[in-house]
Amino acid sequence: MNSIGKECTELKQKYDDCFNSWFSDKFLKGDHDDSVCSGIFKVYQECVKNAMKQQNIDFKEIDKDILGTDKEFKVPPSSTGS
Amino acid sequence: MARYFETSTTFNFSWEQVACAYWKRYPNPESTHVLSEDTCHREVRDGCLYTKRLLTKTNRVPKWGERFFSAKSVKIIEESIVDPKNKVLVTYTRNLGYTKVMSVVERVEYRRQGADTVARRAACIDSQVFGCARAIRAFGIERFKNNCHQMVNGFNFVLHNMFPKQCPTSTQSPTLVPTFKEIRTAAAATAGRAKANVLHSVNRT
Repeated sequence: MNSIGKECTELKQKYDDCFNSWFSDKFLKGDHDDSVCSGIFKVYQECVKNAMKQQNIDFKEIDKDILGTDKEFKVPPSSTGS
Repeated sequence: MARYFETSTTFNFSWEQVACAYWKRYPNPESTHVLSEDTCHREVRDGCLYTKRLLTKTNRVPKWGERFFSAKSVKIIEESIVDPKNKVLVTYTRNLGYTKVMSVVERVEYRRQGADTVARRAACIDSQVFGCARAIRAFGIERFKNNCHQMVNGFNFVLHNMFPKQCPTSTQSPTLVPTFKEIRTAAAATAGRAKANVLHSVNRT
């Protein structure tokens, strides 16, 4: 999968590979130390943040946390379907 | 009033397999509309993995909608929490920008159910375009329902590729064909209705 910044795609793929092995081999097995990918993550993040700036992406909107807060939407009873 | 939609899907894979495949969902044959995917934030907190990703997707709107959505692509924020102890993965996605025209918020909870994983999907679709909000919401909800099948098929494709030993369940395929047909008919009908609604409200103003 591509990154939003063409120049970051290679870094992204390297990071994703690292993350995916960590996730299945460590995290899901109870080892929560995520330092193994932190180096490549930092480099990749720098690249992505720059690409996002160039595309005028609103960082404030991205930084907002909704999941796990009371800002999550709730489906009112009996309003689904149709 | 916003429109809501709820549905649930069973994946014939363990929760761990679904959680691993979740990060590798794209690309798949059903995801040609997904252009990019990036991790913006990630941390382990209290034994759970918190992730925030930015996705860009092509914006598929019918001709009548082009006056509201001229953008060729939309940006989507996806928050997620993986709780490995309780075997729960929750994802929460929302569009970035154009939220007054149409906001689509989706919450999916993947939980273990025996040897399988059940995904409970809830969506909230809203629009604040004066005079056309109802038509846009109706269009949004139908497009969402339609996309659900694509998401499930795409995810299943990735799961079967990653974990090929499992046989696909034979009960699914026969029911899928009429469902697709039904959806296509329903979508066409709604698009027609929505178009009529828009024309009606345009004529009124």
